[in-house]
Amino acid sequence: MVELTLPKNSVIRTGKTWPQPQGATNVREFRIYRWDPDTGENPRVDTYFVDLDTCGPMVLDALIKIKNEIDPTLTFRRSCREGICGSCAMNIDGINTLACTYGMDEIKGPVKIYPLPHMPVVKDLVPDLTHFYAQHASVMPWLETSTNEPAKEWRQSPEDRKKLDGLYECIMCASCSTSCPSYWWNGDKYLGPAALLHAYRWIIDSRDEATGERLDQLEDPFKLYRCHTIMNCTKTCPKGLNPAKAIASIKKMMVERAI
Amino acid sequence: MADFNRGNRPLSPHLQVYRPQITSVSSILTRVTGNALIVAAVLIVWWFLAAATGPEAFDRANWVLTSWVGDIVMTLSVWGLWYHTLAGIRHVIWDAGRGLELGIAQAMGWGIIGGSAVLTLLTVIVV
Repeated sequence: MVELTLPKNSVIRTGKTWPQPQGATNVREFRIYRWDPDTGENPRVDTYFVDLDTCGPMVLDALIKIKNEIDPTLTFRRSCREGICGSCAMNIDGINTLACTYGMDEIKGPVKIYPLPHMPVVKDLVPDLTHFYAQHASVMPWLETSTNEPAKEWRQSPEDRKKLDGLYECIMCASCSTSCPSYWWNGDKYLGPAALLHAYRWIIDSRDEATGERLDQLEDPFKLYRCHTIMNCTKTCPKGLNPAKAIASIKKMMVERAI
Repeated sequence: MADFNRGNRPLSPHLQVYRPQITSVSSILTRVTGNALIVAAVLIVWWFLAAATGPEAFDRANWVLTSWVGDIVMTLSVWGLWYHTLAGIRHVIWDAGRGLELGIAQAMGWGIIGGSAVLTLLTVIVV
């Protein structure tokens, strides 16, 4: 359902402004979304000031510095700090991306940070991804075979392997799905760009033997066809992948097998 | 969302914080122009109906539609029609599996906005 405004309990209030660092000359302002499940209050945006002369270049460096030196209650997910785990996906400066690979020099003015859009918030910058992961699992993101297992391995020609490039690199950070207005309004039924990119990754895998079943499962007014090629997904993907193109390829296969 | 209300969790901001992209703006404009064209079509049907009803009814409808307000509405409708047509062509290209690379998709977004403006101008000059 399209709901342009936020529910009452989600409306953002002005939060606390934390003190500036003493004697710093290169200070950057951060406005960060906060929500504490223990207080029952509405979310707020806190303002922090970070001395960039003693901080790494990435947004994640600043978040860690704030947590270490200013406000230990600030909560966010992070792990690999090199763009491969997908944990620190968040909305930075109006787009979804990974805090660890997004440089602060790419942002003009105060750095505004929110959790991934249109998701239930667990705390601060941590969204609840349960449903997102369940949708991923629903596309059967594994090799489905019915023939006898080969003695050594399921083989694939270099040409067929090449078809998986631009698909297998997805790290499931959820940046694309949570950037998609169709996913915002119909995320309960529409699978969203990430799950559909994974669906396509297995549909075109030459070794997979369940292509028909996979397409059958997506033949649904919502699961696949809520994609209206808005392309926020492709624009925002921190790994430079193209979920919109993968979805269009599935739609094309649907037509091709019908005629 | 399945577990949306668990612990009265707030919904994170979406439209409020997401930066508009040329692809998303040109997408929503397709829908806006499509709906606006329904209103324009009703106005034109009213004009025809009035012409079929009699001179007085036609005079009334014609006066509204050729007033300056009517001119603005009709000019915008012409733009809406051109925009929606070009956006429709873009959807056909996309459905054929082409033009889905980010750079091309963005260029087509600017193309249909610029193209519809130029075609509207030409239509107004010619007609």
